[in-house]
Amino acid sequence: MNSDAAVRPGTISAPSVVGAVIVILALGGAFYGGESIVRQLVSGLTLGAIYMTVAVAFTLTIGVLNFLNFTIPTLFMLTGMIAWGLMAKGYVRFAGGWAWLAALAAGVAVAVVASLIVERFTFRYLKMRHGDATEHAIPLVSSLGFLLIFEHLVLLSLGSESERFAVPFNADIHVGYLVIGAAQVASSVLAVAVVAALSFVLRKSRIGRALRTIAENADTALLLGVETNKVVPVVFVLTGLLAGLAGALFTVNYGHVSPFMGDEVGTKAVAAMVIGGLGSIWGSIAGGLIVGVIETFSVYFFGGDSVQMVVWTILLAILIVRPQGLLGAAVSARSRL
Amino acid sequence: MSGYASGILAIFCINLIFAYGIFVPAAAGQINLGGAGFQAIGAYGAAWLSSVAMQPMWITIPAAMLIAGLVGFLISFPVLRMRGVYMVLATFAFGEAVAGFLLWTQFFGGAIGMVVPAHIELPAICGSAAAVTLFAFYLMATRFGMIARSINDDEAVATLMGVNARATQVAAFTIGGALAGLSGALYAHNFSFVEAQYFNSFLSIYILLFVLIGGVQTAWGPLVGTLFFTLLPEVLRIGGSWRYVVFGAAIVLMMAVRPQGIVTRLMADRLSLRRLLAKRRQAGAGA
Repeated sequence: MNSDAAVRPGTISAPSVVGAVIVILALGGAFYGGESIVRQLVSGLTLGAIYMTVAVAFTLTIGVLNFLNFTIPTLFMLTGMIAWGLMAKGYVRFAGGWAWLAALAAGVAVAVVASLIVERFTFRYLKMRHGDATEHAIPLVSSLGFLLIFEHLVLLSLGSESERFAVPFNADIHVGYLVIGAAQVASSVLAVAVVAALSFVLRKSRIGRALRTIAENADTALLLGVETNKVVPVVFVLTGLLAGLAGALFTVNYGHVSPFMGDEVGTKAVAAMVIGGLGSIWGSIAGGLIVGVIETFSVYFFGGDSVQMVVWTILLAILIVRPQGLLGAAVSARSRL
Repeated sequence: MSGYASGILAIFCINLIFAYGIFVPAAAGQINLGGAGFQAIGAYGAAWLSSVAMQPMWITIPAAMLIAGLVGFLISFPVLRMRGVYMVLATFAFGEAVAGFLLWTQFFGGAIGMVVPAHIELPAICGSAAAVTLFAFYLMATRFGMIARSINDDEAVATLMGVNARATQVAAFTIGGALAGLSGALYAHNFSFVEAQYFNSFLSIYILLFVLIGGVQTAWGPLVGTLFFTLLPEVLRIGGSWRYVVFGAAIVLMMAVRPQGIVTRLMADRLSLRRLLAKRRQAGAGA
């Protein structure tokens, strides 16, 4: 089987499906619902951009390593909390007006390092000991352990309060009757650009080919000369980068951080990944945007307490009816990435 | 007994019953990351029957068990169609959806929660925990337990040998749901108050970890796991967040050195009373 044949003849490519869904939603909303609906849609899509980035981090580890990495929500939270801690203690004052950016960059770096620690003590160690770490629930349970460690270390060192994270710009962009924050636009564009770049790298580059080979079959990849021990950490670096980026975007967009900010975003991102299809990057992109839009609309129509029920009931229904998700391939790892 | 000690004992007994609810399906190879959903169903069922329908406890508790068992039975069919990560995610989604529903609907008090009038005393809770523990040991000694273990070891081989894996797993899920529901009902009657926020995903995670760290190969696992993680922090007198850091580190360490859990089948066999007695008899005969 040719692994480049992800787009089979007669099928429509995933990116165009995602684009079409967004355009149809936007046009439909504009025609039938008027102003308030379009406004909900836009805020749903910006929220969705954050879910999407976290969901891609989840789907990458599942797609390549068959590992549901529960530390991703904490990596997301670490970025925001570390950035706030650096700001509050004045360690980034040297950067002047760009202190917030330096703090966020440091936060992302911490997330990447934390992710590598997780790789070292869950995945690599277990693989050395038990041969194949991907078969069992062991790395999953181990990552739950790291989730507790990171979250409570942050609670111990930085407190349990929700803190304000001020960003020195709040310009608005006016499009017709719509008023959108510049930060929201910038972060959504950044999120989409990063994920698109990742998708391109996975498809075209040498490291991307190596990752896709491991996704297909780790043992065969090793036999064929892929240095799995060097390639697997790349997945964790990417995971840390994506989760950290999403955390930074969330912090800038909503202007506050808390030690629990990752929990809800993390679980929504899991939902997004499942809705899109496990292991499919474009599925996670679609799923993230869909969950973001579902969330803002269920708040709009049924009130704030309905979000959790609506999102998870839809998810459960999708799992029952179509376990492979909207864009996932049922068995084959071929079109996973 | 001081109020503090009896409080810890009550939560230990409730968690133990809950852990056996997660253990029974886990022994048949089904990881349930939505345990809090089943416990919430039991707790809210008992709370509603007690406060609105004004039923006595000998009706509310069995009814809560029955409802949670029925939900477990119904949800097991779609859930068991999936495997591996998908099944974990489906049970997780179930738990979140139940908590979300309870948070949203005004029928059960929404975010405010519900007051439960009837109060259950500690001896009854301890008695239930002891009964559930004995039941779990009995269950694992029956043909059902043997089949569950064979499925956990290798489902394909078990099926080849003529085991009806699906029926066993459905039964395990139903029993698990009923036990989790029982723990929820006891929780509601003991603390006299239920709120949806208590039954969150972290509760599901903790209880699953108790079971997996204790070991799913024998019925000793949940007992050891729950004892270990409920009493250890009290004994060490570490409070607040450090308790969870130590808990997390213990999990990472356990998965690295002994991923099959604290108690394994081999260990339970070696330390069994029958075997120790046989050894003594042998030694006696030799002398």
